[in-house]
Amino acid sequence: MHDVLRTRVNDFAVKLANVNGTGSASANGLLMQAIFRMGIPVCGKNLFPSNIQGLPTWYEIRVNKEGYSARALDYDLMVAMNSQTYDRDIKEVRPGGYLLYDSSWPLDPDLHREDITFLGVPLAELCNQNFEDPRTRILMKNIAYAGAMVATLDIDMDVVNALLDEKFAGKKALRESNHKALLLGYQYAKEHFDCPLPFRLEKMDANKDKILIDGNTATALGAIYAGCTVAAWYPITPATSVMDGFKGFCEQYRKDPETGKNNYLIVQAEDELAAIGMVLGASWNGARAFTSTAGPGLSLMNELLGFGYYAEIPAVIVDVQRVGPSTGMPTRTQQSDLMMAAYASHGDTRHILLFPANPNECFHFAVKAFDLAEQFQTPVILMSDLDIGMNDWVVPRLTWDDAYRPDRGRVLDAEDLEKKIGKFQRYNQEDENFVAARTLPGVSEKGAYFTRGSGHNKFGGYTEIPDEYQEVMDRLKKKHAAAAKFIPEPELVPREGSKFGVIAMGGCDPAVREALDVLDRQGTPADYLRVRGFPFGEVVERFLANHDFCFVVEQSRDAQLRSLLTLETSVPKDKLRSVLVYGGFPLSSRHVVQGILSQI
Amino acid sequence: MPSIAKPIATHPTLQRNALGLTIRDYEGSMSTLCAGCGHDSITAAITRALWELDTEPHMVAKLSGIGCSSKTPTYFLSGAHGFNSAHGRMPAIVTGAAAANRDLLYIGVSGDGDSLSIGLGQMCHAIRRNIRMTYILENNGVYGLTKGQFSASSDIGSKSKRGEPNRMAPIDPVKLGLSLGATFIARSFSGDKEQLVPILKAAFTHRGFALVDVVSPCVTFNDHEGSTKSYKHTRKNTLRATQADWVPPQSEILAQISKSGTTSVAMHDGSVVNFSAVPKDYDPTDRRKVAAYLDDQPANAVVTGLLYIDPSAPDMHELGQSSPTPLRDLAYEKLCPGSAELERMQEEFR
Repeated sequence: MHDVLRTRVNDFAVKLANVNGTGSASANGLLMQAIFRMGIPVCGKNLFPSNIQGLPTWYEIRVNKEGYSARALDYDLMVAMNSQTYDRDIKEVRPGGYLLYDSSWPLDPDLHREDITFLGVPLAELCNQNFEDPRTRILMKNIAYAGAMVATLDIDMDVVNALLDEKFAGKKALRESNHKALLLGYQYAKEHFDCPLPFRLEKMDANKDKILIDGNTATALGAIYAGCTVAAWYPITPATSVMDGFKGFCEQYRKDPETGKNNYLIVQAEDELAAIGMVLGASWNGARAFTSTAGPGLSLMNELLGFGYYAEIPAVIVDVQRVGPSTGMPTRTQQSDLMMAAYASHGDTRHILLFPANPNECFHFAVKAFDLAEQFQTPVILMSDLDIGMNDWVVPRLTWDDAYRPDRGRVLDAEDLEKKIGKFQRYNQEDENFVAARTLPGVSEKGAYFTRGSGHNKFGGYTEIPDEYQEVMDRLKKKHAAAAKFIPEPELVPREGSKFGVIAMGGCDPAVREALDVLDRQGTPADYLRVRGFPFGEVVERFLANHDFCFVVEQSRDAQLRSLLTLETSVPKDKLRSVLVYGGFPLSSRHVVQGILSQI
Repeated sequence: MPSIAKPIATHPTLQRNALGLTIRDYEGSMSTLCAGCGHDSITAAITRALWELDTEPHMVAKLSGIGCSSKTPTYFLSGAHGFNSAHGRMPAIVTGAAAANRDLLYIGVSGDGDSLSIGLGQMCHAIRRNIRMTYILENNGVYGLTKGQFSASSDIGSKSKRGEPNRMAPIDPVKLGLSLGATFIARSFSGDKEQLVPILKAAFTHRGFALVDVVSPCVTFNDHEGSTKSYKHTRKNTLRATQADWVPPQSEILAQISKSGTTSVAMHDGSVVNFSAVPKDYDPTDRRKVAAYLDDQPANAVVTGLLYIDPSAPDMHELGQSSPTPLRDLAYEKLCPGSAELERMQEEFR
């Protein structure tokens, strides 16, 4: 037996190779959820194609009792359910590992490997014998391999049964066939293999205060809790489930008990040009409004993002980043919208950005985005990504402070206006954060003013006079800088004897944390700074100043976070080195460790 | 856009409306458009219609895109919030604004470039959603601010100032509106205030998308011999298909004793639109008949009037079943499910 495969409890990785559109996602999700319910730290990554049916798709489950939740890359067990990808799937199994396949047909002898164990389960045969309907036969193959995994990995059968009962509570026939298929795979594995395998599961109690949630659902929930009432969007992968989630929560929580009417309005726009326009229109008129999109949509929104910035209108934009440029790879993840988002639109523009690292932060930062947008009267972009947005993450339970009230920013009401002498001046008399008061339509004639994207002076009047124009533009720059004090503080993880710093944002977090532990054990301790928003503040400046050099770990070819740091802080360019992983799959600690070690 | 404040001098004999306001209270700053521009006449018609309707100025929001026409919201109703948006994007801004507050009167002013080229998609979708707004398309067949290019409403054969003829078929906003299901469609001429003011009053009262296409000659770039959007050509070829009058709710009885043989359409708010003249067999509530009538007219005819009306179609808020209280006015307590529910709900995420 290979050394690496000595009995290991709650520390291994499984990869499942499937054909998309065959129902594998629900079986894979079932396994992941069962492990979660066993109280074991687990993470699942869905590596899926931009396609409805027929192309290869993979799901990875990593179990780690220490709580490391980045991708593992070393697969102890491969569930090879897709003949199109057998050859590469078989290569990915670590030496001494296992491969579970459908033995209804013989495996190509060319694909054989001496150093791994092949577990053949005649899944198609079992399902054909036990189910009549062709579609059911295909679907149940997935549940049958899940059954085999229950046996080989020692997953708690009661937990799995309970999950199936919940999932198919109102559907007796489906429930029964699922239970049956599960048992078919389970029994076959029990009878034919030495169960459990050397790596297996054992119940823990690590998930008591945790939930299993994807970032898009959490973002949508944040919008609900923030009091958002208007949403406008255009369907786009991987952001669509933000609005699906928002709609679902609205149906649940926003049906007015007195009027029976909807305390929300969601508009599916004709394109992203319109979606951002609707958000600006609604926010200008005093509602909390947001849109969700991905890179191609954000490209289209550039025009009106500049408008929102210059005319000082709140807006919340959720950008669930995917691989660009152009259509790129819509179902793969990246952090490559950063530079566009930071300066979106022509002219001198700069925006407030938030970088959530997981679904828990998606929830809280979504609320924060609405507050910042109204406080600073400007668009705020929540920079999520496909990995955070569409994968289920195990995160601490969401908490809520009932004392929270939305920060609507400086808005003059009818009473304020009544007291006012003379004409309301939209961009005059700014506060210490360089924000001037606004008024809402439909409140008072005394608050009327003209919102415009054309040159204007501090009174809100049209201007082409250089000094008047510059006065407003200079204040806008100061206003953006002032926001640094209000965006979430960076997360700082110092380490004894550190030799350098490591900087990351968003979904790189789990891989970087794990890598820093690995490096520390190897005698290379490093400090960690996770930036959580833009503009950068004092903490970022200090961190950069206090280190001889820093690594910036990120998911873009052009090192966009490094670029933004060099542009927006006083750090000399040569103090920043890059670790870049931008092929479209979530990061692993190995990428980070190797990337750093190769440069020191 | 540049604007010059008007001195406020109210003559004591100026008539006051039910709110005690004179027409001067519905004006804006001085126009900076070319002298004789059709758009200024439309501005005057809007001002008059709002004054006659006793509209509270602050209950109006006036929005526009980019172009000469889009400058005009500065020139009327200074007591209302204005929004001069980006080129072709006014419909989306209005959609969002209307979503947030259903109680305001939304007046969108656009032009043929803004509406029929860069903003065609947005205009079409605002029609589909039946946004409660009046969409005034100040149509001069030319790009004025960029000095005289043809627009998408230029007729075949219409000549540019340099004598070059347009060869591409125009987009006719009226026929477009009919095919898209617009619920209120009118065409008028900037030089015909007698027709335009009542049309605007009806449009402002309409619960849904009111499309008002107004031929509005550009004196600088498209008022020459050979242009089909000139004053001369429009006057010569105008065919007043209908004459409509708007009658306020409280005078409904008067409406019923109007001239015999006319059509009356009851509006959602109880007011009535009286058609004092329509062609034989013309029914302004029958989309197919209106389309057939328009198809039968000579190619060069500028058919004007309130052409089609459907006061019963649901608007965006009715389609969306949204709250009768404007969404922006809902108390936060009504919107947030609270911590206990968050705690409970998360059992589903396990």
